Amino acid sequence: MNLTRYQKPDLAWPSFGRLSSLRDELDRLFESPWTELARTSQLLSGWTPALDVHEDKDNFIVHAELPGMKREEIDVSLHDGALSISGERKTEEKHEEAEAYRTERFFGKFQRTVPLPAPVAADKVKAQYKDGVLTVTLPKTEEAKPKQIDVNVN
Amino acid sequence: MKAIVQAEPKAAAERTEPQEFVTPVVNIFETRDGYALEAEMPGVNKAGLEITLEGNEITIMGRRAAEAVNGELLFRERSVADYRRVFELDPAIDTGRISAKMEQGLLTLALPKSERVKPRKITVSD
Repeated sequence: MNLTRYQKPDLAWPSFGRLSSLRDELDRLFESPWTELARTSQLLSGWTPALDVHEDKDNFIVHAELPGMKREEIDVSLHDGALSISGERKTEEKHEEAEAYRTERFFGKFQRTVPLPAPVAADKVKAQYKDGVLTVTLPKTEEAKPKQIDVNVN
Repeated sequence: MKAIVQAEPKAAAERTEPQEFVTPVVNIFETRDGYALEAEMPGVNKAGLEITLEGNEITIMGRRAAEAVNGELLFRERSVADYRRVFELDPAIDTGRISAKMEQGLLTLALPKSERVKPRKITVSD
């Protein structure tokens, strides 16, 4: 007869350490290149303008909703393979003597950083501000564009 | 036998599907002379704007201008829905003098109060 020591099954009573590593595993399962960007749009961090990212054969296109701003108030820069859109919306002085009935609009500084999945030609980046939407077109570098590779059959 | 046959469902063209709208964010201010309303509708220009007044209710509707984007969507936060919001007006507002301005996706409505309603001094004659 074998006398083996009774081992309490590990999972019956998981310690906190195991729970957090389980959470990390689940996070990794769902992580995409965009989870970091999604995390920056938390409600509590103030004004985070909504943005969309598209990709075609030659470019990345980023649209950011920034209504009621002046072109000079928006700053677009490229750094370390990430696009940064920032600026400040100043409160209008003409409303100072008025009584605010409803204030849902955000004012002040904002910043969004978009990590780009492939390298772009920094000198060819274009930005346009129309109807309150900022459109940034980032052309991919030649190496980053999809290439047809011929398959040789011997 | 005929009684078992159910009434035919309305043809797809007759069924009206309620359109989903997104509520634009607003700031409303009041001064002695009137109200100022600012509504954020990025992606909307003057052509897509529709402001209707019915009784003492004002409806602001903004249709997004078509954006030509080719390519694959990688990340989305913006809505595709059009904007709509309804407001009940203070009866003191002179609806005939309401004016609107649209600039970079921001609608600014000026809603002046009627002259009669404004506080004014009454001089006492001897």
